Amino acid sequence: MTARSELTRERRASRFGRSASNRTKKSVSSRIKGDERASWGFLSPWLAGLLLITIVPMGASLWLSFSDYNLLQPPSWVGLENYQRLLEDPRLHNALEVTFRYVAISVPLQLALSLGLAVLLNQGMRGIPLYRSAFYLPSLLGGSVAVAVLWRQMFGHEGLVNQTLALFGIEHGSWIADPSTALGTLVTLNVWTFGAPMIIFLAALRQIPAMYYEAAAVDGASRFRQFGSITLPLLTPIIFFNLVLQVIGAFQAFTQAFVISGGSGGPSDSTMFYTLYLYQQGFRNFDMGYAAAMAWLLLALVGVFTAINFLLSRYWVFYND
Amino acid sequence: MTKSSARTATTRIGKHIVLIAVGILMLYPLLWMVASSLRPDEEIFHQAGLFVGEPRLSNYQDGWSALGQPFSHYIWNSLIVALGCIVGNLVSCSMAAYAFARLEFRNKAAFFAIMLMTIMLPIHVVIVPQYILFSQFGWTNTFIPLILPKILATDAFFIFLMVQFIRGLPRELDEAARIDGAGHVRTFLRIILPLMTPALATTAIFTFIWTWNDFFSQLIYLTDPDVYTVPVALRSFVDSASSSSWGQLFAMSVVSLLPVFVVFLIGQRYLVRGIATTGIK
Repeated sequence: MTARSELTRERRASRFGRSASNRTKKSVSSRIKGDERASWGFLSPWLAGLLLITIVPMGASLWLSFSDYNLLQPPSWVGLENYQRLLEDPRLHNALEVTFRYVAISVPLQLALSLGLAVLLNQGMRGIPLYRSAFYLPSLLGGSVAVAVLWRQMFGHEGLVNQTLALFGIEHGSWIADPSTALGTLVTLNVWTFGAPMIIFLAALRQIPAMYYEAAAVDGASRFRQFGSITLPLLTPIIFFNLVLQVIGAFQAFTQAFVISGGSGGPSDSTMFYTLYLYQQGFRNFDMGYAAAMAWLLLALVGVFTAINFLLSRYWVFYND
Repeated sequence: MTKSSARTATTRIGKHIVLIAVGILMLYPLLWMVASSLRPDEEIFHQAGLFVGEPRLSNYQDGWSALGQPFSHYIWNSLIVALGCIVGNLVSCSMAAYAFARLEFRNKAAFFAIMLMTIMLPIHVVIVPQYILFSQFGWTNTFIPLILPKILATDAFFIFLMVQFIRGLPRELDEAARIDGAGHVRTFLRIILPLMTPALATTAIFTFIWTWNDFFSQLIYLTDPDVYTVPVALRSFVDSASSSSWGQLFAMSVVSLLPVFVVFLIGQRYLVRGIATTGIK
């Protein structure tokens, strides 16, 4: 399911293809020639997109990151100046810190919750489809402006959260206007969308053969022991898969911070996500060169974190095949 | 014996209580928003409950016309974008998927790897030059920058999804069609496409929801209120809203969530299957 296992499968498949081609050499080689032409036809929209929407803009973005460009005057080469600014810009450092904290807190919480509920749901109870739907729906809505609007009210001064707390006699100011709690409201919103990884966990749990548990039960292993020795090890590839996806996604969070802070990343930059700062530099100040440099730093960060995840996975991910 | 069965019954009930509690916690904010949209403004900030004594639709009526254009205008714009993206994704991704799943060509493994890598590529890396390029063409404040990338299959997620699906189809079917003299185009159109409707449905549903919710690119490309889509219009509503128009804001938020909710109810099966096989959100 991961990109890597997908690639090895691909390699294996093409090896089989080759051994088959030895048997019926002639017909297959002529067919492959026909395949070749048809392939480029079928691939042409994707290839055009790869070139025009991805590769060329990436190249342009790299070049822009060494330039000063505000859309009005032609771009001028400034060498490493933008990257130097990255090193010295305190607001950027703050944005990095905010984003790191957001990723480091919300992703583990979300994964723990989704795994826990998937395990709970997988025990053959009644009403699973209903629970599953209820837990999954927020994942589909969580990225919308409307839900961000709702969050903005909920955690505001007289919002739903404070109204509820008031029932217990607790008084609290606005969670959004307070720099020490504003990021927390965004974390809750991300944790709220745990349904998508939960469904991936559920699908994976269904694939674990029941006989493993039966054998463990015969040997007298307790429920907890079974979870620790069977479920968890067999799920590690999926945990890893979800971890990689959620980390990449959380690094790019934008909409919620934008709507809840009114586009400012405030109060006092406490919800200034990296992408929000990039948006401000690129599309408010039209400092395109700096925004491009920021984009490349983002790519490098996401790449490094994904690589670290893959390296660390050797120590804890268990592949059963 | 009775003791242990009583204990399993208790744990079973305990689990249901946990699940119900989480479910309520998850859905309460949404239900409360719907309830609040039917209340007068002053009650929104004093009513944590769901019960609405006298539901009134005035928030919906006033909210509908609170912006420069009636809200239906923005819904219409969003629908055009969503429809364009759905058609684009269905056509271009299925074509690419057929090539990857069934055809042999040079450097296939390398292209496949590149395709998988683009799934992980953050949009921010290309958005700056893309914006410059599209604005040079005069395409800002049109829907072209939003739809064209889909026509060119940049949502590689769906290519991957469809490749996985086509691989699961028996090869004998298209082999038979090939022996009967059908070319690749015919095999694709007549054999593969009809068989992959579940994957196409998943793609269409996800594309709809993602496009409907998408904010970043619509915010960047659509700056003229006439071409605002629902998310951008709603955002401008937030900025202009005072504390006295939260009811209207909630009402329009509910309206904007409704299509996603309906699609979720109809297409849940495809969504769950799509996520389970590829892990997309």
